Amino acid sequence: MDPLRQSPSPCSSRPSSPRTPPCETLGDVGIEAVLDQLKIKAMKMGFEFNIMVVGQSGLGKSTMVNTLFKSKMWKSTLPGLGVPTPQTLQLQSVTHVIEEKGVKLKLTVTDTPGFGDQINNDKCWDPILGYINEQYERYLQEEILITRQRHIPDTRVHCCVYFVPPTGHCLRPLDIEFLQRLCRVVNVVPVIARADSLTLEERETFRSRIQHNLRTHCIDVYPQKCFDEDINDRILNSKIRDRIPFAVVGADQEHLVNGRCVLGRKTKWGIVEVENMAHCEFPLLRDLLIRSHLQDLKDITHNVHYENYRVYRLNESHVLPRGPGWVNLAPAPTDPPATPGPWKVCRRAHDSSDEEC
Amino acid sequence: MAATDIARQVGEGCRTVPLAGHVGFDSLPDQLVNKSVSQGFCFNILCVGETGLGKSTLMDTLFNTKFEGEPATHTQPGVQLRSSTYDLQESNVGLKLTIVSTVGFGDQINKEDSYKPIVEFIDAQFEAYLQEELKIRRVLHTYHDSRIHACLYFIAPTGHSLKSLDLVTMKKLDSKVNIIPIIAKSDAISKSELTKFKIKITSELVSNGVQIYQFPTDDESVAEINGTMNAHLPFAVIGSTEELKIGNKMMKARQYPWGTVQVENEAHCDFVKLREMLIRVNMEDLREQTHSRHYELYRRCKLEEMGFKDTDPDSKPFSLQETYEAKRNEFLGELQKKEEEMRQMFVQRVKEKEAELKEAEKELHEKFDRLKKLHQDEKKKLEDKKKSLDDEVNAFKQRKTAAELLQSQGSQAGGSQTLKRDKEKKN
Repeated sequence: MDPLRQSPSPCSSRPSSPRTPPCETLGDVGIEAVLDQLKIKAMKMGFEFNIMVVGQSGLGKSTMVNTLFKSKMWKSTLPGLGVPTPQTLQLQSVTHVIEEKGVKLKLTVTDTPGFGDQINNDKCWDPILGYINEQYERYLQEEILITRQRHIPDTRVHCCVYFVPPTGHCLRPLDIEFLQRLCRVVNVVPVIARADSLTLEERETFRSRIQHNLRTHCIDVYPQKCFDEDINDRILNSKIRDRIPFAVVGADQEHLVNGRCVLGRKTKWGIVEVENMAHCEFPLLRDLLIRSHLQDLKDITHNVHYENYRVYRLNESHVLPRGPGWVNLAPAPTDPPATPGPWKVCRRAHDSSDEEC
Repeated sequence: MAATDIARQVGEGCRTVPLAGHVGFDSLPDQLVNKSVSQGFCFNILCVGETGLGKSTLMDTLFNTKFEGEPATHTQPGVQLRSSTYDLQESNVGLKLTIVSTVGFGDQINKEDSYKPIVEFIDAQFEAYLQEELKIRRVLHTYHDSRIHACLYFIAPTGHSLKSLDLVTMKKLDSKVNIIPIIAKSDAISKSELTKFKIKITSELVSNGVQIYQFPTDDESVAEINGTMNAHLPFAVIGSTEELKIGNKMMKARQYPWGTVQVENEAHCDFVKLREMLIRVNMEDLREQTHSRHYELYRRCKLEEMGFKDTDPDSKPFSLQETYEAKRNEFLGELQKKEEEMRQMFVQRVKEKEAELKEAEKELHEKFDRLKKLHQDEKKKLEDKKKSLDDEVNAFKQRKTAAELLQSQGSQAGGSQTLKRDKEKKN
């Protein structure tokens, strides 16, 4: 029916499904070497990662970023000293290139000072959603160019770390509203900030209440259950899902403990070691974000969230006004897939029971 | 949106920030590789060459398995492409290999159009990918990529130069696919002839402007080996799936009365080099070139053909959306038209059927009437006959009674005489 589709040559142009079962190659052909080739290519190209931290001021977002990437990304703002609280929500992005063992990572951190700080916080998520969608839009525009670049610069937000204040009770309405909207467009990892103000039991009750809240409101945080590919992933991710939200403490000052130099917060009653699993769950967060699931975060952003945005954008194109509005991105939707429709794009063809929410 | 104020410190001069400790993202390449392994790789090879040059045997030798398929005859009316997909597994790496072979290439008397099916096939794969990419709901990451990544062009071992068919075909293919020319069945050429042959081939290719695939030399780890290999193009290869015992090892070889040619011996042929280059060193680069160069070129040409002009950046995304819309309207219009057509056809058919049925009914009626008439005629005839028969019977009866009457009268008069006479006659 599509006039563009040429009729293929006499034989089927789509290769037929394999009739032979997977055959073991005897001896080595060298297919394995393609893994090394991939590695070399990846190392040459470098990696990109964009992370956004969202939360009220004073929850230790900048410090957390510095701790995560062990470098001074931001000047950690000391509360109450000279820096006036912004009247409106402003997003600030900083890009750095960090290198470790030959692997170059271009890291972009977006901070959201002023979030939730006003008296009336209605629609305070709009700028953030707008920013995220703007990045998708930028990528989309690059992708549909006729002569496009070999490597489209990826500024899409791969992960959004949401800082929940350690009230010890449950999620606040602002949190719930924000999480509901955000988890549809980006991978959200909620964390309990400043967890050194909670005892271990308080932490556990807080955590279970938050998990209950998340379930009640159908908020699907990363790692999403419907994207588990196989049984190993499921086991691994279930362990992570049990501990979400992580109770983290950020610190960028080093102290001497038992002769070792550790990152920690020094208080009169002791030193909270950031990297000690008994003290806080920062190592879990770091492992999730960087050591084990970074590529997965990027993949889900690219294959699911970006595709959802693209579908929505291309479908609605005849509704939105034309003209400068396209390129200006001004009327870019601040509240895209509010309908459950586009969310159904799943990575693998899973049974629909997983897709609900 | 007035509340948003994005301050960005970005640009080519991004600060490189020193790390104060081990962060852990050096596992990134491993994460990437693990993901790719779980997804599997796919690689598509196109073998172009005349019938009988050993394409299937070479594939078998390269991948160390016996791919099914029977050899083609020389009587094909035109060039066709035969494609088959195999799942190969080596330790934990799965490869979906598609091998496409030309069937009947070079067998016809008039070979002017021999290259066309090949070019059409390659374009069809690009088209399929482009269609998938342009779809609104697409699944690119699970899409089975069928674009040809490498084209092995088999040159017949004449020892002189390239045939004009080869030149023409390669010229048509060089902008669409990575061409790796190889000299097939090279055990038919001696070493000195081989060097001359290779030089001749390369000079002919250069003078005709054919762009064959050059192994990449920009990355230090492979620059050296690729550089030397580039000098050995085209590779002189021999394919064999028979294993013979040489020394104390089983090796793939071809046995002749005057000696044995070992496939994996670098002094005998360039098979090992081909395998190295094609699979072990440059598979990823071949795939990347296909995607970023050949496919992009095709896409650009196709989109420009569809009506997008490279005027100014504003109009590009603009008109793509416009075309989407226009296409959608067109599509809907077409759908409606088709629906109308179908409906009309349906109505027409119904009418026809009705007319037919009416005809049949009429015929039946006629037949019935005819039969009835026939029946009546027969009946009338029968009745006539019966009547005449009755008449005859009546007449006969009358005559009989008349005769009897006469007889009885007669017998009364001389009846006794006749009776006596009768008696006498009887006696």
